[in-house]
Amino acid sequence: MATDHLVEISDVSYSYGRGRPVLTEINMTIPRGKVVAIMGISGSGKTTLLRLIGGVLKPTRGQVRVDGRITHELDIEELYQLRRRMGLLFQFGALFTDLSIFDNVAFQMREHTDLPESMIRDLVMMKLQAVGLRGAHRMMPSELSGGMARRAALARAVALDPMLIMYDEPFTGLDPISLGVIANLVRRLNDALGATSIVVTHDVQEALDIVDYVYYLSEGVMVAHGTPEEIRAAQDPRVHQFVWGEMDGPVAFRYPSRNFGEEVGLV
Amino acid sequence: MSEHGVIASIRNVGHWTTNAVLRLGIATRFFTLTLLHSGTSFRRPRLIVRELYFSGVLSLIIILVSGLFVGMVLGFQGFHTLQTYGSESALGVLVALSLVRELGPVVAGLLFASRAGSAMTAEIGLMKATEQLSAMEMMAVDPIARVVAPRFWAGVISMPLLAAMFSAMGVFGGYLVGVVLIGVDEGSFWSQMQSAVDFREDILNGVIKSFVFGIAITWIALFEGYDAPPTAEGVSGATTRTVVTSSLVILGLDFILTSFMFRGQ
Repeated sequence: MATDHLVEISDVSYSYGRGRPVLTEINMTIPRGKVVAIMGISGSGKTTLLRLIGGVLKPTRGQVRVDGRITHELDIEELYQLRRRMGLLFQFGALFTDLSIFDNVAFQMREHTDLPESMIRDLVMMKLQAVGLRGAHRMMPSELSGGMARRAALARAVALDPMLIMYDEPFTGLDPISLGVIANLVRRLNDALGATSIVVTHDVQEALDIVDYVYYLSEGVMVAHGTPEEIRAAQDPRVHQFVWGEMDGPVAFRYPSRNFGEEVGLV
Repeated sequence: MSEHGVIASIRNVGHWTTNAVLRLGIATRFFTLTLLHSGTSFRRPRLIVRELYFSGVLSLIIILVSGLFVGMVLGFQGFHTLQTYGSESALGVLVALSLVRELGPVVAGLLFASRAGSAMTAEIGLMKATEQLSAMEMMAVDPIARVVAPRFWAGVISMPLLAAMFSAMGVFGGYLVGVVLIGVDEGSFWSQMQSAVDFREDILNGVIKSFVFGIAITWIALFEGYDAPPTAEGVSGATTRTVVTSSLVILGLDFILTSFMFRGQ
């Protein structure tokens, strides 16, 4: 039965092997139709959380429910059925380098549908038009700039009009213009497709401008959540340091080391 | 060597053995999965045809040129040896049997491992490092079925064909040197070859060898690429391992197959 929440994460913990926990008792809900950001510094467990939602990883404890279905209880066929309704934009695009931009976007349509080639062409052109790359459909991924590759990958991620679009660090390494373009596309595509979006990022200002809600992770623990305004005004020192990019705070600038005087032989 | 040194050496051998057995188990599971997920490749033969071009057609030049030179060398060496016994007319037999039974499958296999095997490993390793395989999986497309299986079958089909072309080119090279250059009688060169080379014992056994080598090389190449750590160093190490392991496996398998095929003859 459909609920108001497309993704529900309940008491999820995760650790790789017997190592230290990457995520600890995470609770989170992603409402349908919203753009939600998962923020935190590098290594805070954001991407792991995305992989749990995509069913790539199984939680050590707790459960992840997507569209009412517990992902780690699905067999491979059911998981693939669910993934056909998800789109994931990888950090650096992950375009297939042996296929043209057109073929990259058409990939899922050819794999999962019996649509005639003429209709696939029209659909691909619509997706590429949406990201401003219709004129580049014959180009190979190696011929694109970082921003263009990210947009092409975005067109591929939404090729089958997914119910859930996930973005793994979509703003990393982009120039300001490309960054603004991608940020706007995330919002516009979500609204135009009637989808739900999860943006994993540590680019604060761009994300806070476009999302409806924010979850903040620190060392695998959820330490804050709220609207962008609430996050900007958060008093938690970890969130405050992150949002305002301060050098001093709970996250130390210096990696732990022995006394500097001892290191250089002065003591 | 101290007591600690001996213990450390034994521990290293144990560690190495455990790792080798574990890796063999993972590779066998990978091979089984490849066979089980081959349905897509046969339903969509275009996937295999595309890979046939990359692993087969693009290996043709090195195979044909090497075959020609190996045959020419065999022509010279064979003539020199046979002349001692006054049997120059058997040059065609010597060239053909050497190529069809041994040199064709083995040298073509070694060249195939270096040219196509290393390329497969590097391509799949880089696809993994750049998250293309993960992207495929997130798009509900199984990378084993879509990427690995078509390459596997293309390799298995290519290898016997390339070995056959290597042997044919080698026979031509032997003819050029023996008949055209040295002047061995053309009639006896071909007729003795025709009467001495048996289809089942020689040609079919050579084809079986090259088929087995094709399976081994492609399996090793694909597994090394799929299992490569997603770094530049990881991919380069995997590519090197493909060539080294494939070459050793070809030579080892050649000994085993030869001992079964030609026993009692």
